[in-house]
Amino acid sequence: MKLYCLSGHPTLPCNVLKFKSTTIMLDCGLDTTSVLNFLPLPLVHSPRLSKLPSWVSKDGTINLEKELKECAGRVFVDSQPEFCLPERELLDLSTIDVILISNYHCMMALPYITEHTGFTGTVYATEPTLQIGRLLMEELVNFMERVPKAQSATCWKNKEIQRMLPGPLKDAVDVWTWKRSYSMQEVNSALSKVQLVGYSQKVELFGAVQVSPLSSGYSLGSSNWIIQSHHEKVAYVSGSSLLTTHPQPMDQSSLKNSDVLILTGLTQMPTANPDGMLGEFCSNLAMTIRAGGNVLVPCYSSGVIYDLLECLYQFIESANLGTTPFYFISPVANSSLEFSQIFAEWLCHNKQSKVYLPEPPFPHAELIQTNKLKHYPSIHGDFSSEFRQPCVVFTGHPSLRFGDVVHFMELWGKSSLNTIIFTEPDFSYLDALAPYQPLAMKCVYCPIDTRLNFHQVSKLLKEVQPLHVVCPEQYTQPPLTQSHRSDLMLELQPPPMPYRRCSVLNLPFRRRYERVYILPELANSLVPSEIKPGVSMATVSAVLHSKDNKHTLQSVPKPPPAPPSKKRKRVMEEPPVVLAPKPLLSGAVPLEAFLVTLQKAEDTLIQLEEDGTHIVCDNNEPLRTTLRDLVLRFLQKL
Amino acid sequence: MPEIKVTPLGAGQDVGRSCILVSIGGKNIMLDCGMHMGYNDDRRFPDFSYITQNGRLTEFLDCVIISHFHLDHCGALPFMSEMVGYDGPIYMTHPTKAICPILLEDFRKITVDKKGETNFFTSQMIKDCMKKVVPLNLHQTVQVDDELEIKAYYAGHVLGAAMVQIKVGSESVVYTGDYNMTPDRHLGAAWIDKCRPDILISESTYATTIRDSKRCRERDFLKKVHESIERGGKVLIPVFALGRAQELCILLETFWERMNLKAPIYFSTGLTEKANHYYKLFITWTNQKIRKTFVQRNMFEFKHIKAFDRSYADNPGPMVVFATPGMLHAGQSLQIFKKWAGNEKNMVIMPGYCVQGTIGHKILNGQRKLEMEGRSTVEYMSFSAHADAKGIMQLIRMAEPRNMLLVHGEAVKMEFLKGKIEQEFSIDCHMPANGETATVTTNPSVPSLKLVSSEQALKELGLNEHQLRFTCRVQLQDPHSDPDTLNRIYTHLKSVLKGYTIQHLPDGTVMVESIVIKVSSSAEDPNTKVLLLSWSYQDEDLGSFLSTLLKKGLPSGLC
Repeated sequence: MKLYCLSGHPTLPCNVLKFKSTTIMLDCGLDTTSVLNFLPLPLVHSPRLSKLPSWVSKDGTINLEKELKECAGRVFVDSQPEFCLPERELLDLSTIDVILISNYHCMMALPYITEHTGFTGTVYATEPTLQIGRLLMEELVNFMERVPKAQSATCWKNKEIQRMLPGPLKDAVDVWTWKRSYSMQEVNSALSKVQLVGYSQKVELFGAVQVSPLSSGYSLGSSNWIIQSHHEKVAYVSGSSLLTTHPQPMDQSSLKNSDVLILTGLTQMPTANPDGMLGEFCSNLAMTIRAGGNVLVPCYSSGVIYDLLECLYQFIESANLGTTPFYFISPVANSSLEFSQIFAEWLCHNKQSKVYLPEPPFPHAELIQTNKLKHYPSIHGDFSSEFRQPCVVFTGHPSLRFGDVVHFMELWGKSSLNTIIFTEPDFSYLDALAPYQPLAMKCVYCPIDTRLNFHQVSKLLKEVQPLHVVCPEQYTQPPLTQSHRSDLMLELQPPPMPYRRCSVLNLPFRRRYERVYILPELANSLVPSEIKPGVSMATVSAVLHSKDNKHTLQSVPKPPPAPPSKKRKRVMEEPPVVLAPKPLLSGAVPLEAFLVTLQKAEDTLIQLEEDGTHIVCDNNEPLRTTLRDLVLRFLQKL
Repeated sequence: MPEIKVTPLGAGQDVGRSCILVSIGGKNIMLDCGMHMGYNDDRRFPDFSYITQNGRLTEFLDCVIISHFHLDHCGALPFMSEMVGYDGPIYMTHPTKAICPILLEDFRKITVDKKGETNFFTSQMIKDCMKKVVPLNLHQTVQVDDELEIKAYYAGHVLGAAMVQIKVGSESVVYTGDYNMTPDRHLGAAWIDKCRPDILISESTYATTIRDSKRCRERDFLKKVHESIERGGKVLIPVFALGRAQELCILLETFWERMNLKAPIYFSTGLTEKANHYYKLFITWTNQKIRKTFVQRNMFEFKHIKAFDRSYADNPGPMVVFATPGMLHAGQSLQIFKKWAGNEKNMVIMPGYCVQGTIGHKILNGQRKLEMEGRSTVEYMSFSAHADAKGIMQLIRMAEPRNMLLVHGEAVKMEFLKGKIEQEFSIDCHMPANGETATVTTNPSVPSLKLVSSEQALKELGLNEHQLRFTCRVQLQDPHSDPDTLNRIYTHLKSVLKGYTIQHLPDGTVMVESIVIKVSSSAEDPNTKVLLLSWSYQDEDLGSFLSTLLKKGLPSGLC
């Protein structure tokens, strides 16, 4: 059993597991941190961005005037932003049988894999994962396509040139494989390969392996996966949460007793408490509004935003923000808010019971009804006429490189009255802000990452007791910036097996048994005898029939009755029909006792040994059979 | 041989009070727990005394599964759980869990508050009963206990309707509840995988009907409503608050929109608004088209359909009224019917099935001699979302059951379908009446064994193997050289032993399976050959045969 690791990002994993005869891709994460190296895509012409100076190397030898721009000491690529794809050279991706998706954040690379590698398999995901994943992809495509950029910079990727660039560009990996966003057509085609599954549904893959998604508690429809055969079990844990937010709680008990547990998607903010961050978010928001400033919240259009809105729903009145407009701007804002209300089955108990009343499970329905929250597909159109300040704007993309957020950065960045509050943990806020420096607006960083922290995960692992743990190498040492915090890493016995991008791990896993079905009539013919207390044994002669990876023992077919022989005299020569095999013999023949039973005989040699008896005689069948039966009397027949 | 037993307490050769007991692998499961609309006495509920004469049902039942929210499938649930007594788990889908208590409360109100019956379940009992409900998700495998697992499939029919697979070890039963094999305006079609159950328990409401295409029926319906409105008549459509009502509302709503009609459409019960809300929240249970477009336009927000007030019934001019209940056996639909029946311009359209004993059933069968003189037109239009004969056959083809069992239908029609099924699929088809048990034997399950090689088995048991070998000298007169003799033996055996592995090895031996044959010349007489045959006890029969055979010498004709 092997694990091929195609992504180095611990929370946006992409691994391939070879197990029995199947090749299973676990998640299809797209590393979007690469876009931080690019200039933002403004929705309306930005004089500031267009006037940025070109970057020239110190000795003046490299001048990529058109491709590289400098802003506040950092160098950016002036091109359509590109993403770092999962590794595609490590194994032939067309051999992948199925792709298992754990949550909607971990499927963003799907079109690259399903559309351009010869993939012919099936993708399995829950319904919320598919629907919200579709929205996120649609949003991404929309962000990119509505501000097309003619330029596609490639010269800087030249190895010789990249070597000379300042960091972090210099250290970016595999820049040649970076790709621009996919098209909506590719998204639709990729998602048409998705087959929906429900929690605890058992899906058979070619009769060899059974996979089953389990609730992981992180987002709507998010799942961990169990991949098992009759005798082996692999648990894939990705993006799980034990906090009580909107999704159904995590199913921990089904992860028990796995041979290997692949652990990805732990919190990216191990020292930030989500509840504390939520409090800080609210108080900073209120403070800014009271001071007459605007609040900008760069966020994904599904996920934590539901919790933020719920928190604000309770907070608005008490903080006297009843008249402040809240705007949610995204091409999929409406869909995201609507979809969140129809997945009752996938929500926590509290929200589920609301549907029985019947009331919408999320209170943002009421915020919309009372006009406190308004949503728009973009800053163009209706929004421009409705827009009132001071206000709170939720919009994407959290990288600040594309989407409507770019416009608000340009609009509000110059005033210290305004505040930008970062809640998404995927991007370093300093890197995100770099192309907007110098910046007057206040920055508040309260990342909310509800995924498991190291304390929770070690408790979980004690509980579910996997034999081996595989995890990204980042989890086996403390974070670089906090090297003294030995509590911010996984310490296990036996130590976890670390992987990095392009690793190929041989999982410590010996397959020893395979299930074989035995047909009732054959089972009926077996006569087990108890050899030791509690252990019975019977010898089996059967035909092993294997079809669709299912193995069945069937009785040996009886030979058809011989056709009546034409030559009567040769009847004697019909070879014997062996109906039952001879029993296994065990034990030893005691010499003395054996001798007593012998009488005068012809010239016969009998060799008696501990583990064998050899009778050498002339062709005297009666004598031989007599001796045979004598010997057999002393032996145990199994 | 293990057996699966199925006993209907209700819905055996009948429609109404569905309640089917299944015993499988030592587990007892109750499928549905419904009431009969046609009775007002004890026969209204299934006869639970079949399970036990006295005492609670908890220890006799491992679980109860409710297929959908129609009262003939869940109406007896509070009676069973709270008055007879059952504390185990009750499984149903989320929409069923949401809607079922509302219909039960409605039913209770009509029975107790309007008809003044006593000894009936209370509101509190409905609440207590619902606390025992465990929600089921589609395709989720729910482990009821270590051995019993259940899985729900989409059934169409009404919002949240499910078929269930019940599995213990290698034995399984599928119960369809009520289902629909063709998608309609708001629901999708039932689907199941090739799960090859030992028994498929199917409803058979429309066992003998092959319905024409849905489009025709819809056009027909709209035409009749339209004509009646045109001539100034009133149209009464008795429905249940949830289900068919929504489909017909969507139909009329779009028709009104297209034809720009002005006549009012009313929905008679306070439930409407609420009911439509359920449809909005459980939109994932509706059909593909509605799910796809719900963000832009929610099909369950109606512009033309308004709430009804009792006084509107006397308003002059045409109108369309949806009124509950659907079988005209009580409540508002019956009141309006009585009011309007006398006028020949008016029309009643019965869009669903009517149980025997209800007024709906009587008027459908042309009994005009009711307590009122009915002159209005009565139209029966089957919009009921049940599978027709074609659909039932289609489901059998999907699931490939080993046996078939029909419930929820009329005996005569069942008999017809039974014949058809047995003929087409060559499987047994049962149709037990209430209280009768159908028994199906299944393959016994083989306990888990470990299959190892004999060496491994002996090793694990700490036993040594004893090799018993025989070497037999056979004298043979054969005036040839040793290699030639060996060759002749080889050729001889080849011709005698068909189907055996016979090898002539380069080291001067012939192997028959694992029996070794060697040749040497006698010291005194080179024409006398001594054959050495050596075999182990496992090849005893063949070894013995060979030594006897070779003793007889080789046939002369051999080259």
